[in-house]
Amino acid sequence: VELLIVLAVVLVVAALVTGPLRARARGEAGEAGGRDAGRSVELADLEAAKEAKYREIRDAELDYRTGKLSEEDWRALDGGLRAEAVALLRRADRLRDRGEPVG
Amino acid sequence: MATAGRAFLILAFAVALYGIGASLYGWRRGERAWVDSGRRAVYAIAGVLTLAFAILEAAFLRSDFSFNVVATHSSTTTPAFYKATAAWSSQEGSLLLWVWLLSLWSSLVLALTRRRLREIAPVATAVLLGFAAFFLALTVFFANPFETLAPTMVPSEGAGLNPLLRHPSMMFHPPMLYSGYTLFSIPFAFAIGALVTRRLSAEWIQGTRRFALAAWLCLGIGIVLGARWSYTELGWGGFWAWDPVENASLMPWLTGTAFIHSIMIQEKRGMLKVWNASLVLATGTLAILGTFLVRSGILDSIHAFGASTLGVPFLTLIGAMVLGSVGLVVARRADLRSEHALDSLLSREAIFLLQNVVLVGLCFVIFWGTFFPLISEAATGTRASVGPPWFDRYTVPLALALVALAGIGPLVPWRRVTVANLRRSFAFPVGAALGALVALSLVSGVTSEPKALTLLCGVAFVLACVGQEVWRGTRARRAVSREPAPVALVTLVRRNRRRYGGYLVHVGVAVLLLGVAASTSFQHAKDVSLKPGQSARVDGFTIRYVRATADAGAERIALGAVLDVSKGGRHVTTLRTTRGFYPSQDESLGIVGRFFGGESESQVGLRAGFGRDIWTVINPNLGPLTPIIDQGNRTFRRAMLSIAASGKPNPRALDELFALRDAAVTAVARRFVTTPWPASFRFIVSPLATWIWIGALIAFLGGLIALWPAPATARRRVTAGYAARVARELAGSSSSPAA
Repeated sequence: VELLIVLAVVLVVAALVTGPLRARARGEAGEAGGRDAGRSVELADLEAAKEAKYREIRDAELDYRTGKLSEEDWRALDGGLRAEAVALLRRADRLRDRGEPVG
Repeated sequence: MATAGRAFLILAFAVALYGIGASLYGWRRGERAWVDSGRRAVYAIAGVLTLAFAILEAAFLRSDFSFNVVATHSSTTTPAFYKATAAWSSQEGSLLLWVWLLSLWSSLVLALTRRRLREIAPVATAVLLGFAAFFLALTVFFANPFETLAPTMVPSEGAGLNPLLRHPSMMFHPPMLYSGYTLFSIPFAFAIGALVTRRLSAEWIQGTRRFALAAWLCLGIGIVLGARWSYTELGWGGFWAWDPVENASLMPWLTGTAFIHSIMIQEKRGMLKVWNASLVLATGTLAILGTFLVRSGILDSIHAFGASTLGVPFLTLIGAMVLGSVGLVVARRADLRSEHALDSLLSREAIFLLQNVVLVGLCFVIFWGTFFPLISEAATGTRASVGPPWFDRYTVPLALALVALAGIGPLVPWRRVTVANLRRSFAFPVGAALGALVALSLVSGVTSEPKALTLLCGVAFVLACVGQEVWRGTRARRAVSREPAPVALVTLVRRNRRRYGGYLVHVGVAVLLLGVAASTSFQHAKDVSLKPGQSARVDGFTIRYVRATADAGAERIALGAVLDVSKGGRHVTTLRTTRGFYPSQDESLGIVGRFFGGESESQVGLRAGFGRDIWTVINPNLGPLTPIIDQGNRTFRRAMLSIAASGKPNPRALDELFALRDAAVTAVARRFVTTPWPASFRFIVSPLATWIWIGALIAFLGGLIALWPAPATARRRVTAGYAARVARELAGSSSSPAA
């Protein structure tokens, strides 16, 4: 019985681990490769940078509202951060539109 | 099922090796199928190890002494609760626990990032599988938990669990520590992945930040549970002894704390990339070092139950991690350049950096003190060690600096601050600290402990800083939403979990340090020898030894005392403390003597309160029992010999003899009650000690708040406003100022 259990587990593990390789051999749709993969990595970087920028904008606003920043400082900071966010969005748009990585 | 268990370990080891190869091949060739196969190898290992761990647990719960590890770490009389925990009291079981937890966390992170971190994840998978392969190799080749005894060698009774480990904290302390260690492997692996693939943006940090925070939380809980165990089980009255194994868990927690703060700077400003990479690599290495210290026995420790000879494999792994990490950071130094410079020394970035330096300095001090015995032996040939006074001399000033920074950090904005804003932000907290100084100076004896006084004022400063922040935030929220104050507070925290969760952690740590400072600097301790009816006075309390107690159970013999505590003639509390003696397997101690000569543990008498803890422990002197025990040993030895001499031993006669022996052992133990003699006691009155545990709970609650993911809809709603504003900006001119 013990041997059968071990054998069954080995078969399940083999099926699980080799699943993607068997799917590829059957010619099922794989991942986008080459240029598409490169673009998706670039987009992921820009997405992460955009999320961080939004968080920075929000934190700056909270700092202003809790009295840690003067209105003048906050406006200057907020403007700069939004300009940086806009630059990130434009880069992402260019990347999507042109379908090629941007540097 | 031992064969199946062993087969599962070998299978998992083989799958780990395959997964490393598949992940790296898939990454190098850009073939997702191989990368996915490598990721599935991690899932498969998690499943297989779950089965293996279940087999081991079942063996412990069934008291299956054909498993060597069960025979040496459990017994039929061990309560079921402790049978379940005994698995990780052994070397073999704890290594299996380590790699099992690693496989679970690795599966979780790889499932969550399967559509992200496409370039980094395959390398990170290989690193995580490398750790798994290392620990699986240890269990397969060096410390097999499924090793069995020959049928003729299977004992009818096991050696039992080390008495010191029979404490509720021990159910959770090792799994929590190991969860912390294994969770820190995740940011470590992704950092390696980011460095190897040169994908050093904020993405890998965002993908693994929660795991770093979870590691910090689990390791912190594990450390506090260990401190609680020390306080209530070890019988010396303290919670932290600067023991090497304690220190080993604290070091990665400190560097992990630094990392959790400094990644915010990289995320927001693209700065400190070299520092962050170095910190997370050091934290991952220190986590392995922590496992090594508890498992190697290389340094003398109260955790001597973990001693073994796994030093060489661990040192090889640690050496490879250190050299590989340093080599990678040096090789990628050009890619790790900061995107911005520090705008001002008066900014949150600068405060975080300073806090990081203090935390790393603290870690270095602890590292030096912990390894000083080895360093001194290498340099002079003589093993010398440093004690708590040495650690206190260097760690207390650094802790004071940390407390101050824990208050200053939340008050200073990112990028820069003006003097006017500084004045407005600091007026109330500084006033609170000065107020605390004046108030505490009026309390008798406080000024004689300047370090403690400074720390207590620092705690007041932190509480005032965070209180002011929360109040101002709530007020700002109310100004916008017109919500009632409690609703505004909850909404504020929900929408800014990282910020306010972090603030709550600062409060918790400050409260914890309040308890540490007060309970260690102003405690009153006394060691006395009392007979029933006699009393001792400690810090104004009269503690009377009312009567002795004895309880001879199947598992242990507990000799103890009931004590009455009063103050000014008024009853305060009744304390009960015992010392439990567990039977030894050493036959040379004699048939009766082995019940009194084995391992022992203390149950402290504790009355915990918000104002002070009253703590006591008994050490019953067994000297007066020795002649009676010796006489019992001789009598029963003669009886055994006469039964053996009769040729074929009569089982009924043996059963009667053992029943007589048990009655004799009980009678000997009862002597402690019927003709009591002086027992040694340690009495401690510690002010505010309970706040250590309350502070820890507050800090962990804060950690949970910071860790807890906001619901996707709420997250979208919060960021939507900002996205809309930026989008409007995008549609118009990017140079126009904020509205």
